[in-house]
Amino acid sequence: MNEPEPLLKIENLAVRFSHRGKIVHALRGIDISFYKDEIHGLVGESGSGKTVTATSIMGLLPRSSAEKISGNIFYKGKNLLLMPEEELRTYRGRTISMVFQEPAKYLNPSFKIGGQIEEMVKLHMGLSKAAARARARELLKLVGLGRDERVLDSYPYELSSGMKQRAMIAIAISCNPDFLIADEPTTALDVTLQKQILELIRTLKNIEDMGVLFISHDLAIIKEIADRVSVIYAGKIVESASKESLFDNPMHPYTRLLMLSIPDARHRGQKLAAIRGQVLDSTSMPKGCLFAPRCPLAEQQCFSLMPELEEHDRGHLAACHFVGKSWNL
Amino acid sequence: MDLARFIAKRLVRLILTVFLISTIVFFVIRIIPGDPALLIAGIDATPSDIATIRAKLGTDRPLSVQYFDFLWKVVHLNFGNSMISEEPVTSLILQRFPLTLALAVFGMIIGTVIAIPIGILSAVKPWSAWDYVGLVISQLGMAIPSFWLGIFLLLVFAVKIPIFPLFGAETLASLVLPAFSLGFARAAILLRHTRASMSEELSKEYIIAAKAKGLPERMIKYKHALKNALLPIITVAGIEFGYMLGGAIIIEQVFSLPGLGRLFLYAIYQRDFPLIQGGVVFIAIVFSLVNFAADVLYSVVNPRIRLE
Amino acid sequence: MPFCGEIMEPLIQCRNIVKIHRGRGIGEIRHGFKAVDHVSIEIERGRIFGLVGESGCGKTTLARAILYLDPPTSGSVLFDGVELGSLKPSMLRKYRRRMQIIFQDPHTALDPRMTIYDSLSEGLINIGVDKPRRDKKIRELLDRVGISSTYSRRFPHEFSTGQRQRIVIARALTMDPEFLILDEPVSNLDVSIQAQIINLLMDLKRDLNLTYLFISHDLNLVSYMCDVVAVMFEGKIVEQAQTEALLAHPEHPYTRRLLASIPGGAGGF
Repeated sequence: MNEPEPLLKIENLAVRFSHRGKIVHALRGIDISFYKDEIHGLVGESGSGKTVTATSIMGLLPRSSAEKISGNIFYKGKNLLLMPEEELRTYRGRTISMVFQEPAKYLNPSFKIGGQIEEMVKLHMGLSKAAARARARELLKLVGLGRDERVLDSYPYELSSGMKQRAMIAIAISCNPDFLIADEPTTALDVTLQKQILELIRTLKNIEDMGVLFISHDLAIIKEIADRVSVIYAGKIVESASKESLFDNPMHPYTRLLMLSIPDARHRGQKLAAIRGQVLDSTSMPKGCLFAPRCPLAEQQCFSLMPELEEHDRGHLAACHFVGKSWNL
Repeated sequence: MDLARFIAKRLVRLILTVFLISTIVFFVIRIIPGDPALLIAGIDATPSDIATIRAKLGTDRPLSVQYFDFLWKVVHLNFGNSMISEEPVTSLILQRFPLTLALAVFGMIIGTVIAIPIGILSAVKPWSAWDYVGLVISQLGMAIPSFWLGIFLLLVFAVKIPIFPLFGAETLASLVLPAFSLGFARAAILLRHTRASMSEELSKEYIIAAKAKGLPERMIKYKHALKNALLPIITVAGIEFGYMLGGAIIIEQVFSLPGLGRLFLYAIYQRDFPLIQGGVVFIAIVFSLVNFAADVLYSVVNPRIRLE
Repeated sequence: MPFCGEIMEPLIQCRNIVKIHRGRGIGEIRHGFKAVDHVSIEIERGRIFGLVGESGCGKTTLARAILYLDPPTSGSVLFDGVELGSLKPSMLRKYRRRMQIIFQDPHTALDPRMTIYDSLSEGLINIGVDKPRRDKKIRELLDRVGISSTYSRRFPHEFSTGQRQRIVIARALTMDPEFLILDEPVSNLDVSIQAQIINLLMDLKRDLNLTYLFISHDLNLVSYMCDVVAVMFEGKIVEQAQTEALLAHPEHPYTRRLLASIPGGAGGF
């Protein structure tokens, strides 16, 4: 399953920006490796830094002086963070592409769908007008919008949410990217639509041989679609494993609590294992484990020593001093 | 709904507006205390003079008869004859309208050429030199009354440095200063709207998506954002044009231009009721037509509006 | 849940509710759109009734019709045996106090310019409760929902999303309702906070003898919380059964499709 060389490798990525005079730590030094033909799920709650990870890869963070990025993001040997904007731009859309959460907001309302696809292929692949149109038609078919000829000439507001999201996916894969970032693409959709979009992404990944970063706050969706999973909390990766390994044997207390706190029919009548307290204040810089204040296993050393992400089982990493220990609910 | 139905609906609204304004004009003039015939006749008039004038005005007839007669005439664009010059009001207006229209159009062009590019640049490059220029222009434009600007420009560019003619409307050059005075004030407002609209679009999510597509900055700003930003500007520009016609009336006085403005001003001084009536209704028609055109243009460019 | 032998009338009885949204346009004969199409449900006292459906199925419209916030076009709603449609406005207001609703978005539910103390006292002032009793009640309720009453003079923006939802719940409880409609109350919340709020809702139901109508698109959540589940699609109830029965033997194709679409499979981890 693992290629010897990762397609995209994030090393010690930290992102800080100032907000109302204070420094906000969006990412506190994360390491993730993405491979070709693998869907890597990144799961975390709001404020965990998952979206910042995506925008850092794409270089979409507003390059203001108020924000500092450190670390490395290697793509096929080149460091994206050190690349000049002009060069980075040639990667966007062509080699690394992105799909967003709310298609209604992320599609330009004044241009037809066909035009928005054609624009991509004309720019990145130098196709002629006729060739671009043909490619647009082909892509729409690929994402399941091929039945109605009118979609090409439609404006976004004329399409349903599901169709809009498929259109956005068509735009994203139009130039055969090597790597696709999907930031909560199904969160705004109904559950039956969600399933279709997830299947579509999986199919496309297979056809196009892409590496995929799939971001979500929903463990269930991650279980459905991901091959490999990383759990992010307060700007740090706390656990990383293959999907099977993570769900069979979750090691970090946060992951375990998350799984226990999700309601379903099996837990009827039982109280849900809620995680007490709130997410860490993003402006604080504790010495110890970021999860300690909410953790049922926390002991003295958890507050003074930051646990590192270490391999506790083959391919399964966790950042906790007490992996494997159980607690009373 | 499709374009034809939309246009039809707006057209109905236009007709209703004109009808309403005509009615209001009619009743306002007649509600004002004082017999217009007396005013026109003057202090020394004899009762028979007054009666003659009343007959001419038609104010001796019952109100309802006057009203329907008036409406009937309006539909035929017949506003009777001027009390003073005895000429048909309609032809008087149409004689002078082209000049006023030319002035307003010219003013609009100047205003737009100043406002829109600077407005766009201020939004695209905030806190840059362009932004400050825009700020200064919009502040000045809103603070300085157009007639003052007109007099000032006359002093500088027609008297001190005689580039432009002082009065009269012989050449195109004589329209430059008045059009500029007119356009500058409105440019200020248009500039602010353009800047706000452009800024708003630039902060929207589809711009981030466009960046993620690898599109060059210029394309993102001037193709993607601009198209959406200009839409609301069209509506604003339509309304501004209407005000420009109104402003033209005052500017014509400053520059001694024989346009509609002076015609109406004198009509008011001289209590020339048919002309005043005709004038107001005419302005209402033109203003409504301009807004109608702006609405239709807007709906052509932004089909979503037609759904409402 | 065992009943104590007494046969009581259901708290809520909806009979043939129809809600038509009128088409817009002057002089146009537009056929109205049937948001709710002949829905009849009964909610028994002390139960949690689940309503599941995707966006646009009419579940929120039905909720508003039950509360008579947006009365049904036809059909009747009986609360505690009384037909709401037959009540005079002043009587209706009295009955409405016994039913409250909690919506999805805690951000828009609270007036940003009022302190939470003021938000909570509004309803009590309206029914003429004096200050000392008001203060006591507010303190009790904040305590029940897990917000320290020392924060009562703060504004909504000073609280987290989860805390705001707790405040919204407290506000609904100021009227001492018997019936609560919960319309996607946790959909906007992070997973770890969802569990806290759900636990709170279950505790409140038990302690205050409440009856719930729980609306959600999340079948897993509904099957955890609810005793009875009704599936809504395009304005109609296509299937209704006890939770376990519905999950074990779904009959309607739409129900089956919903179950099949749950990511990771129904039944969780």
